[in-house]
Amino acid sequence: MTTVKREISVTVNGLRHSVSVEPRMLLSDMLRHELGLTGTHVGCEQGVCGACTILLNGRSARSCLTLAVQADGAEIETVEGQGTPEALGRVQQAFRDHHGLQCGFCTPGFIMTITDILRNHELSGDDEIREALSGNICRCTGYEHIVDAVRELVREKEARP
Amino acid sequence: MKPAAFDYVRAESVAHAAQILAGAGSDGKVIAGGQSLMPMMNFRLVKPSVLVDINAIAGLDHVELNGSRLRIGALVRHFMTACDPIIAQHAPIVTEAMKHVAHLTVRNRGTFCGSVCHADPAAEMPMMTVLLDGRIHAVSTRGMRIIPIGEFFAGSLVTSLEPDELVTTVDLATTGREMGYGFHEFARRHGDYALAAVAVLMRREAGKARDVRIAVMGVGEMPSRVPAAEEVIEGNELCDAAILRATESLRTAISPNSDLNASADYRRHLAGALAGRAIRDAWSRAREAVPA
Repeated sequence: MTTVKREISVTVNGLRHSVSVEPRMLLSDMLRHELGLTGTHVGCEQGVCGACTILLNGRSARSCLTLAVQADGAEIETVEGQGTPEALGRVQQAFRDHHGLQCGFCTPGFIMTITDILRNHELSGDDEIREALSGNICRCTGYEHIVDAVRELVREKEARP
Repeated sequence: MKPAAFDYVRAESVAHAAQILAGAGSDGKVIAGGQSLMPMMNFRLVKPSVLVDINAIAGLDHVELNGSRLRIGALVRHFMTACDPIIAQHAPIVTEAMKHVAHLTVRNRGTFCGSVCHADPAAEMPMMTVLLDGRIHAVSTRGMRIIPIGEFFAGSLVTSLEPDELVTTVDLATTGREMGYGFHEFARRHGDYALAAVAVLMRREAGKARDVRIAVMGVGEMPSRVPAAEEVIEGNELCDAAILRATESLRTAISPNSDLNASADYRRHLAGALAGRAIRDAWSRAREAVPA
């Protein structure tokens, strides 16, 4: 058993980082504590709540169920890569327009899951949207406004030639 | 909620992984998707001395048809199983069951073989392996052995896999076109672990049900076939009375536990209701075999 750190190289939101981590360090903790990217939230640390969802090589993953060493050489996207307070990303803007958040704790995880949905999945009806969002828990909104935001994004994607 | 310290090795090949596991004594652990293992490590219910990561091993992410068997490699993730055209054609009940597996983000990482090794009594992949006479291909430095599913599960979360063995493939029986199938599950929230589920296969011959298979999960220490219920249907024309008799024998044959999600009585009742629906689906999808 070792607590000896090892060097890993990860690309986060397009920027390459070299980080020194213990094998047991969770990817969520590396993003928050080593890189200072605290947009990725840590809720349950057992893969249930979805707050820590990031994109790992283009598909959503629980960063609390991924080790930082496993991400050596990987491309990671977090909520910080979506936009800025002045220029929100498209998914963030849809959440704002539809009042898709209240306290905001779960929001980064939802934003990243929805980014995966829009890139990699064909959804149509509300049932499919709800099923796709079912791995992310929100205790404020009752989900209706989140579904409204995703519905708009899905329609917008379908309308694109 | 942080794992205990361990050594980490990114295995380059199956042989490399087997070598590391052999050197780890009985404390090594294989990680593929990690969707069950990592929560257990975060809770420190599992504290491996060495974690062998097989995600970088080439060639394990394929589904293949080999004669009358489907071979599912150790890095075939749930989203791949769910939309695999070979599985959809040769074992459509697996495709049907996959609709109930976990949530989108977990499906991106979790693997079929990993779920079978984890041996959760309420997970779909172990149940499909029981239903389809699966075999587990386990590699160690001592060689490769093929474990029939009947000798694999030893209890809830317990298998006969040795600590130095790596599962590279699970193979399953294919089902012919004439084989009808039904799968019904109930969970409190779609994608969560099932309170109960029932899977049924059968074909028709001269108007009678043949080769009937009924499997249950979530209602015992491990997924299992229910021969008592199969025998009620086998060789008979399907009617409401036969379905009622089969669901009653299924309810008698199982011994579910009570937990915070459901009482034993409720699970027993539920399993019978789901069995009735799955039997009807299987019968309605079953086709008469066309004489050669």
